[in-house]
Amino acid sequence: MITVLFFAKYREQLGLGRMTLPLATATTVSELKIRLVADGGDEWAAVLFAGNTLCAVNQTIAHDTDTIGDGDEVAFYPPVTGG
Amino acid sequence: MQRRVLVQEADFDVSDECRALASSSRCGAVAQFVGVMRDYNDGDDVLAMALEHYPGMTERSIDAIIDSAAQRWPLLSATVIHRVGELLPGSQIVFVGVGSMHRHAAFSACEFIMDFLKSEAPFWKKERRADGTERWVDARDSDTHALNRWSDHAE
Repeated sequence: MITVLFFAKYREQLGLGRMTLPLATATTVSELKIRLVADGGDEWAAVLFAGNTLCAVNQTIAHDTDTIGDGDEVAFYPPVTGG
Repeated sequence: MQRRVLVQEADFDVSDECRALASSSRCGAVAQFVGVMRDYNDGDDVLAMALEHYPGMTERSIDAIIDSAAQRWPLLSATVIHRVGELLPGSQIVFVGVGSMHRHAAFSACEFIMDFLKSEAPFWKKERRADGTERWVDARDSDTHALNRWSDHAE
């Protein structure tokens, strides 16, 4: 299983902060996005395919080609606005 | 190097933090930055703000930023405190403080840490405006541009 997290504006847009998925659904960040959008539709495409969406795997910044393994935590979030 | 990284709802005391940063007998300079909440942003009056973060990754990301600063300048101490939860105008939001032997390293490292915190640490602000509406604050291009100068030259 993998855990997928959404933060801030994206959590509100999707109405979801956390979900778990069987690992077989994805092996890279890019494949995970495609799978989530295929299941979720336009609202998910607007979040996951936005040009400035950030991704972290196990709390480290990740890119589309990075791989995802069993037990990993994957997070999608908008550009940060702290400080 | 003495290091302190805190993400908390509670306020912080700048003079306590300053004293702690200067506790090494070799310390000759402490530089500090405090971010404060405005009551005005992007043309609107702001009544309150809610700060959200990604627990775990936030601390990890700030630690990595301090590591990078410590590789560039000889630091004796570094403290980052970032508040989360509900904040009102006038509240202190963030503290960055650095202790070193000399002022140049302290000034530069303090600014470096703050610049990277703004663009990399996973925090998000949501404003509540005077007309009752709420909006997520958009990231600013100027914050991304602030990072460029750290790659243009050595210090």
